Amino acid sequence: MRLASVDADGLAIGLLPAMTLADARAREPDLRVFDAQPHADQDWLERLCDGCGRYTPNAALDGPDGLMLDISGCDHLWGGEEALARDAADRLERYGMRVRHAIAASPEAAHALARFPVPPAPDDAATIRRLPVEALRLEDESAVALRRAGLRTIGDLAARPAATLAARFGAEAVDALHALLGLGHRPLAPRRARPAIRIDRRFAEPIGSTAYALKRLEEMAAEAGEQLAERGQGGRRFEATFFRSDGLAFPLRVETGLPVRDAPSILRLMRERIDALSDPIDPGFGFDMLRLTVPLAEPMAATQLALEGGEARKGESVAALVDRLSIRAGRGRIQRLVPRDSHIPEQAQLALPAVEVRAPADWGPVGEPGDPPLRPIHLFDPPQSIDVIAGVPDGPPHRFRWRRALHDVVRFEGPERIAPEWWRAKDGAIEGESIGKTRDYYRVEDARGRRYWLFRHGLYGAETPDPGWYLHGLFA
Amino acid sequence: MAESIHSLAALKRHIATLDRAPAVEASPRFTCGPAAMDAALGGGLAQGRVHEIFASVEEEGAAAGLALLWMRQAGRDAPLLWLRNATAVRVAGAPYGPGLAAFGLDPQRLLIGMMADDAMLLRAAVDALRCPALGALLIDLRGRAPLLDLTASRRLALAAETSGVTALLLRIGGDPVPSAAETRWRVAAAPSAPLPGQAPGQSAFDVTLLRRRAGPDGMAWRLYWDSNRGEFGDAADERHDDDDIRDAPLSGAAFSLPGAGPSAGRAA
Repeated sequence: MRLASVDADGLAIGLLPAMTLADARAREPDLRVFDAQPHADQDWLERLCDGCGRYTPNAALDGPDGLMLDISGCDHLWGGEEALARDAADRLERYGMRVRHAIAASPEAAHALARFPVPPAPDDAATIRRLPVEALRLEDESAVALRRAGLRTIGDLAARPAATLAARFGAEAVDALHALLGLGHRPLAPRRARPAIRIDRRFAEPIGSTAYALKRLEEMAAEAGEQLAERGQGGRRFEATFFRSDGLAFPLRVETGLPVRDAPSILRLMRERIDALSDPIDPGFGFDMLRLTVPLAEPMAATQLALEGGEARKGESVAALVDRLSIRAGRGRIQRLVPRDSHIPEQAQLALPAVEVRAPADWGPVGEPGDPPLRPIHLFDPPQSIDVIAGVPDGPPHRFRWRRALHDVVRFEGPERIAPEWWRAKDGAIEGESIGKTRDYYRVEDARGRRYWLFRHGLYGAETPDPGWYLHGLFA
Repeated sequence: MAESIHSLAALKRHIATLDRAPAVEASPRFTCGPAAMDAALGGGLAQGRVHEIFASVEEEGAAAGLALLWMRQAGRDAPLLWLRNATAVRVAGAPYGPGLAAFGLDPQRLLIGMMADDAMLLRAAVDALRCPALGALLIDLRGRAPLLDLTASRRLALAAETSGVTALLLRIGGDPVPSAAETRWRVAAAPSAPLPGQAPGQSAFDVTLLRRRAGPDGMAWRLYWDSNRGEFGDAADERHDDDDIRDAPLSGAAFSLPGAGPSAGRAA
């Protein structure tokens, strides 16, 4: 294992990045090491970069450890360049960051000045000329070769003709030199969060009819659809707000299972939502503003809506049907079953809202091939208590009473023993009540051919003196 | 006079076209049982029609099982929708994915709608039947269900015919009332062909054809569902048993058949 980076104290005692951990420990036995988390670092840097939006709209990431702010025209708001830099550094230091900053005329110069300390010089150009050749960000061998040739600083290099430099070190060396000297220009790629789509419509006269408002809303949905198409996205959630002239606002939210940007289908969902409201939208003295926002959007490829003279599609897709029913009946009412990795029967599946489930799930088989189904098609949760007559307390059931009807067990298979999740018990010790008891499951068939799934709750003698019986499911 | 005969003939021709339009058009059919049963029904049950399945409350598991099987057969590979109401969960339990997968119905294909009441359920059913991308629809209505009158049933039938989506109307604890359904069945559980050691075997059902729009009714069959092969088998079919034994050597010993064969049930 090697050190990925070292803090200032570490550097002071001679530790360096890329040193092996064993060597570092040999130098400093009390060394505190943490796993490197490049992804978390990157996320954190991106958050800091977004936070720098307070200084300039053009803030960009600069390598794995830097931020580049284009403060042209922004500094006067903070009372000058230095004041702005001081404020940014203070703010970051408050998060426990160690900050080095530099202000220069080009991004490359600022990058180099922040990383290579140079003795002060009368002006910016002179400071840059005093930078070491490593500031060019060339490969290590090139930097070593330059030093061997006696070229130690940028100033030395700048005094040479560019052609010889290009012949020896390639065109990129010349490009890097020119960028550093402010002769070339490389654009910055600022990070900008795309604002959520929001469309407002204000009306000079309040609208008294909901139907008319919905017509306007359809136009807005079409506009939102165009904006989404430009971004290559489709909306998963749409929110329409009807602002009434007396200050009340009616929000309408619809959600879809697949991204959409088709105005008629958005409006169809909105109408469903309005129909499902317990009290309808009341225009009162009229709506004076409508707002449509798309808080959640996902990538969606461009689609060809209809060929010349052709029909867009034959009918509604199942996804659209699911959206519509989910909006009318409630989000959680249209469900899809998803497997869950648990051997406790009632925990082996989840019924999730169908608008949420996207990836197909894999249902592994229970039992050997050739077996009849070993799990019921209907499961009772909680299991239903039954009265059972069994030959011996830990034997199979002979007869049971469920819902006041008596069933004689003609055929049975079992027990299939399902133990509780003992590894969840505290300190590894089994505490009967906290994690549940062992269940012995039987597949039984009664005299008339009905098939049930019964279980005995608790091991006779070991866990309980009087195990209870439950009916857990129905087989087909 | 000649003129009136002429107009009369035109009128007759017109009436003939009106008559023919919905009825003659043959719809595709799906396998709903062993070969003999499909043959008696003219190739299986019609797709894009409403089929009613009645059962008593005690036959919950068998009725839901058969309805799910027919839905699987009717739906080919398209998504299936099972509309239930809140009472169904309380009385019959929740659909159980691992069990459905073992039964031969892929839970990935299945969408489950838990509706608040019967009115909303029927409305959702009509909407779902208008969506041709759906494979089949199972409408699970319990008890008397007064909202399901002739008008509601005809609405379902029309929607199903237009889109070609098969609708199965599961009426557990309900009594037959006049309806626009293509067929009407009563289903009950039947003793399975036992595995060695008196263990319950593959699911078996007794079905009775109560009513059929075009053709004789009153027949009864016993169905055996082979969940491994995903087809209806026949416990009395020797070849079938041999295959089973070859597949699973452990179950090769003493394979006893139930006393009541399909011929006994067919007498009804």
